Amino acid sequence: MLFYLSLAAVLFAVGLFGVLTRRNTIGILMSLELMFNAANINFVAFNKYVWADGLIGQMFAVFIVVVAAAEAVVGLAIVLLLYRNWQGIDTDHVSVMKW
Amino acid sequence: MDFTLPQYDPFRMLPEIFMLLWALWVFTYDLITKRQKEAAVGYMALIGPAVPLLFIVFYLTGLLPESWRYGGSGFGAMFFNDTTAMFFKIVFLGAAIMAIGSSFGITKQKIVNHRGEFYGLLLFSTLGMMFLASSNELLTLYIGLELTTIPLFVLAAFFKDDKLSVEAGVKYFVIGAFSSALLLYGMSFLYGLSGTTGLVQMKMNMAVVFLSYRDIGVILLGGIVLLVAGVGFKLALPPFHQWAPDVYEGSPTPIAAFLSVGSKAAGLVAFGKIFVNGLMAFFGPEQAPNDWGMLVGLLAILAMVIGNVVAIRQTNIKRMLAYSSIAQAGYIMIGMVVLNEHGMASVAYYIFAYMFANMGAFAAVAIFEDQTGSCQIEDYKGLAKTSPVFAVSLSLFLLSLVGIPPLAGFLAKYKVFAAAISMATVDPSASWLYWLVGVGVLTAVFSLFYYANVMRLMFFSNEEPRHKITYSVPALCVLLLGLAGIVVFGIYAEPILKLVRTIPADFGLYIP
Repeated sequence: MLFYLSLAAVLFAVGLFGVLTRRNTIGILMSLELMFNAANINFVAFNKYVWADGLIGQMFAVFIVVVAAAEAVVGLAIVLLLYRNWQGIDTDHVSVMKW
Repeated sequence: MDFTLPQYDPFRMLPEIFMLLWALWVFTYDLITKRQKEAAVGYMALIGPAVPLLFIVFYLTGLLPESWRYGGSGFGAMFFNDTTAMFFKIVFLGAAIMAIGSSFGITKQKIVNHRGEFYGLLLFSTLGMMFLASSNELLTLYIGLELTTIPLFVLAAFFKDDKLSVEAGVKYFVIGAFSSALLLYGMSFLYGLSGTTGLVQMKMNMAVVFLSYRDIGVILLGGIVLLVAGVGFKLALPPFHQWAPDVYEGSPTPIAAFLSVGSKAAGLVAFGKIFVNGLMAFFGPEQAPNDWGMLVGLLAILAMVIGNVVAIRQTNIKRMLAYSSIAQAGYIMIGMVVLNEHGMASVAYYIFAYMFANMGAFAAVAIFEDQTGSCQIEDYKGLAKTSPVFAVSLSLFLLSLVGIPPLAGFLAKYKVFAAAISMATVDPSASWLYWLVGVGVLTAVFSLFYYANVMRLMFFSNEEPRHKITYSVPALCVLLLGLAGIVVFGIYAEPILKLVRTIPADFGLYIP
């Protein structure tokens, strides 16, 4: 189990690092997916190795996959808007409003 | 493996089912009328939250026949209607009604082709909040939270050619998805430690696990920090507040209003469910070392100070209201960390009063923006001469946000502070609540400065007013509804107070 938990932690850390440092919005989206999947692995691993008498952890993972897909759809649509307005998808563009 | 089907009881979900069908109908109606009927779509959308609101009010006043079986649990205790859930549903539905009412202006002028989508997504977001209020375990809570925020991403970026709106959408999307990832990772640890996602069961399992294995503390602490960060982003509690002013400024004004009230109340419900109910055992130094109360108290102090201080130097009224709503979240969290029935009652009353005042203030800003295209505070100069009703109502909303008697905001602040002080006098280990109240009172006085600045410009400016306000019927109705709310429930608050007193101390199940 420790292997899966460590894998999830590494994935989460990579995703966190990506969200905080990426300039490209597609890169941010991919990093967000990594973070969601870290939670998924955690849920499934806990379900399999600690609380085997139930399926709620796996159910949770399935729901997370669905919601993450919905979130990615909306995210890509917003990235498209970004491209239409600035002809680029870097986060540097979205700095009109400050303080 | 033994597997029994949970008991289904669709009666518990009647308002939600109606909302879902009605949101789809609003989409369809806009299409089958060839997108021509601009006002009719809006009135159609108003029915969406109005009918469930009447339904819940009828149930609470006992007018609904008992055979409708609305209250109680259903769907294997995943869905629960107690007075807490119903009260927050009233707040969400009220916010949705006022947001829809104040968006008639922009759907007439700016949104020419997608009115059905605008209103439909607003209804879907409200639906998510209603599910969230009724959720009794982490999975439904998470789905409700996502159903609340995903339509709001779209709504924040609704003006596709307006760079500010797109910027608001990008920022809100990244922050919203990021915060739900943090929340999920935290939830996975809660599940790992307790083996269940049911909040009541989780509370018991965690206490047992904690007593037998003392060294789970580190994992639990990590989980608590992640959860505080995740919910903190939704609530815009500093240091997770940076998105709020940008998103409020860029997004359409009614959506900013809905974000500041509906989304904030949704975050509050999520906080109450996860922390007050699920992690109750880890509150206070004597129960466990992983005390989330002090952490949240610190965030509340930060919220009150940062929100009120930064609001002073804003020139855009939407940004000013954004910082003010950050500060208001701080006051609400004082009631939350008191963690007894007085605290919960004060939180509920505060969010109720805040709904009327903040939605009203944003509605006034929306009316002004529809006619002048401006959100700058200096454009409000001398408005009292040309549009006295507008100036007086906006001033009353702002005064209620400060907490001036006899408006509802005063009673709300009083109840929050009183709950904290009475807790601190009884329990010596909670004496840090005095600090919270002290900072709260001081910053409330501070906040008068920037709210009063708007009033000064409207009433006492010698310059000739540049604008005159004319009202459309729905917008005027929203203003009057907000005014009625803050005045009536400020003076005669007894019915609401009676309702909020039934909210239990652990924010959980309560069967009247």
